[in-house]
Amino acid sequence: MNMPSPAPKLPVSLVANPKVSSWLRFTEDGRVAISPGKVEIGQGIVTALAQIAADELDVDIGHIDMIRASTAMSPNEGVTSGSLSIQQSGRALRHVCAEVRQRFLTVASERLGVDAALLNVEDGTISGPGNVRTSYWELAGDVSLDHDITANASAKSVAKRGVAGHSVQRVDIPDKVFARPRFIHDCALPGLMHGRVLRPDISGAKLTALNEEAARAVPGLVAIVRDGGFAGVVADSETAAETALKALRKAATWSAGEPLPDEDDLAGFLRSQPVETTTIDTRTAEPARKPAQTLRRQYTRPYIAHASIAPSCAMAQWDGDRVHVWTHSQGVYLLRADLAIVLRLPAENIVVEHMEGAGCYGHNAADDIALDAVLLARAADGRPVRVQWLRHDEMSHAPFGAAMAIEIEADLDADNEIVGWRHAIWSNGHTARPGRAAQPALLAATEIANPYPRMISTDPPAANGGGGDRNSVPLYDLPAWTITCHRLLTMPVRTSALRTLGGQGNVFAIESLLDEIAALRGEDPIAFRLRHLRDERARDVISAAARRAGWKPWKRPGIGHGVGFARYKNTGAYCAAIAEIEGTDDIRVKRLTLAVDVGEAINPDGVVNQIEGGAIQATSWVMKERVRFDRTRITSTSWSDYPILTFSEAPAVDVEILQRPEIEPVGAGEAAHGPVTAAIANAVFDCLGVRVRDLPITRDKIIAAMELAS
Amino acid sequence: MPTVQFQLNGTTAVVEADPDQTLLDVLRGRLGVTSPHFGCGAGECGACHVMVDGRAMTSCDMPMWSVAGKDVVTVEGLGTAERPYPLQRAFISEQAMQCGYCVSGILVSAAALLTRNPSPTEAEVRAALDRNLCRCGSHNRMVRAVLRAAAEMAAS
Repeated sequence: MNMPSPAPKLPVSLVANPKVSSWLRFTEDGRVAISPGKVEIGQGIVTALAQIAADELDVDIGHIDMIRASTAMSPNEGVTSGSLSIQQSGRALRHVCAEVRQRFLTVASERLGVDAALLNVEDGTISGPGNVRTSYWELAGDVSLDHDITANASAKSVAKRGVAGHSVQRVDIPDKVFARPRFIHDCALPGLMHGRVLRPDISGAKLTALNEEAARAVPGLVAIVRDGGFAGVVADSETAAETALKALRKAATWSAGEPLPDEDDLAGFLRSQPVETTTIDTRTAEPARKPAQTLRRQYTRPYIAHASIAPSCAMAQWDGDRVHVWTHSQGVYLLRADLAIVLRLPAENIVVEHMEGAGCYGHNAADDIALDAVLLARAADGRPVRVQWLRHDEMSHAPFGAAMAIEIEADLDADNEIVGWRHAIWSNGHTARPGRAAQPALLAATEIANPYPRMISTDPPAANGGGGDRNSVPLYDLPAWTITCHRLLTMPVRTSALRTLGGQGNVFAIESLLDEIAALRGEDPIAFRLRHLRDERARDVISAAARRAGWKPWKRPGIGHGVGFARYKNTGAYCAAIAEIEGTDDIRVKRLTLAVDVGEAINPDGVVNQIEGGAIQATSWVMKERVRFDRTRITSTSWSDYPILTFSEAPAVDVEILQRPEIEPVGAGEAAHGPVTAAIANAVFDCLGVRVRDLPITRDKIIAAMELAS
Repeated sequence: MPTVQFQLNGTTAVVEADPDQTLLDVLRGRLGVTSPHFGCGAGECGACHVMVDGRAMTSCDMPMWSVAGKDVVTVEGLGTAERPYPLQRAFISEQAMQCGYCVSGILVSAAALLTRNPSPTEAEVRAALDRNLCRCGSHNRMVRAVLRAAAEMAAS
């Protein structure tokens, strides 16, 4: 008798959405419609998922149609974030497609009288010995997919995958170079009207009075919408909407706002607020080793803007008590849940449909503006209303990535070996996404009559990678540590999820201090790291990056090299970065060399693209970016006040993928930020002999560090 | 309302427009030409670049009175999937984007560069694209794509 094998485990997305037909349909024209719950945000996920489906079904990727997520029909996969789409949607689709293939082969075998094992599938045509043939589409009428997935089918072995694991061209790129409308911004619904929303410059100010007279006189104005402190206009053109909004702005009276912190003393602010304190992890050494000295270092990072190139946009159309919303939100179901709370409607009355926007890099204003559109569209008599924020809105009202202060105390023995490690974080929470609480997270919900309070950001649990504490537990084999996270309970500057959450700050802090200790010991920083790492995949990416960068090049005046490493969330992609910089006080990042291990890289060029992009974006954060404010308002509301890296400033980026097809794939979108940040900071020390522990690393900070050192 | 006449992608366009209305508003809102994108409204990001008399210009702050009689080219006028312009082909070959929202403005800047300088150096390409912002970090892929297109155009 065979021993029963343990029940195979279904991917999480299939546990939540077991019906096969919600993922896959054979359409009549020889094509396959694949319907993931994850959305395209410029990361190429739709292509990678199409590759997986093409592989498991044996259908040409050109015959696969990827359906945009909608609450009307798509599986609910929560939010497209955290570099989890390949893990969640990819595994689910691989499993679904494998089962569908197997079911069709079984039916084809009965129909053709040929053993299923002898059948072959090529671009959806099923054939076997004796020249018998049928196809998915011929059999589709007889094979219902309206059933729950089983755990029985098994996906192809690595060796049999012909598409996944190979670079393919992204399916969305041709539209974008040939100007075929693909972005929500470019969608022309019939009868479309345009809306704009009035918001204060003063942080936290409330609308107390509004004279509508001048706005009413604007030709093309359709309606002025008021709901408590929420105010906006609907017009028959964008120009008219903007003219009316300008008139309203002149006639608005606002209450005093709420004070903002001192932008030049973020650490002082963060460390003086009421907090919720969590011990993230402890490790004790037996026997405890006595320190000869303790290094105490504080690292800070500022608030960082998502700064999407496109200001957020949404459209909404009411039909009685039902509303359809078009959005570039990262989570259509989560947005729907918040809309249902605010509108006091059953969720079934609301359809939220995804359309592509520009890259968002986390929770920007995509969700906020969807509620704006819904509120304004109430006044449009059943016609659709498109709302777009302006640059100024996007840079002042959208949530920012949270500022962080991190203090590490490292106990060193007489040989400067680490014997103790205490890492403490002070930060606002790193997420206030919609759809997860009893109260809505959407901006306009705090402005309407009977307003909801502003949701204070929280942190995801450690099991999901944590928030402020993300990547704070060292991957290094240190004998003892205590990791503590202090989450602020006040939030004068609105924060929510930005790429890596707290990962960038924590990796910057850990990797900077390790580098400092290696230097104190006179030990090569790569050798020092390898000596403290037992995980082979970690060692391999560091060694690969070092090899590729020719570590360590001859020391030349005015040139510096530094290394940084992390495994994103301590469970995701491994990434090592080596930075080469040049300069004296005004430095420039010349080259970044990275090695990355995401397990099975489904679309290797897509992975390289994500790593390159992450590396360049991280360089921009490190060298230039900082949300600016005075005590009353956000002041960095234009590209002049919030500069980002330009083409001439972008470093060369060289990426090596350590392909491990036998290991389940993980995402690549957030792997590079922490390691690159640390590598640049460490290269600054190598080049100039000073450590800048307060991001961004600007000329002023370097000069201040030099003055302190001299 | 006064009319403004100009060449748009090789054909004559005549539009009634307030002289102070921007070219971007007219292209997107009136003529259904959606490749120039709104990004900042202040001429700082380049997402709205169009070619005006062969030069890459921001259309979000260009009043219609200044467009009269000019020759305007957008990505719609560069090429199509059936007859792609070398830059469009090169951007596909190099997979030169992530989200792609900035790409039409960048294609226009690059097309203007290659018109006046058919064989630019890498540094010249970067300098020509410095008025365009990309937030996804696809800079190097785009630079490679422009150099590839230049090489292809030189060879043909």
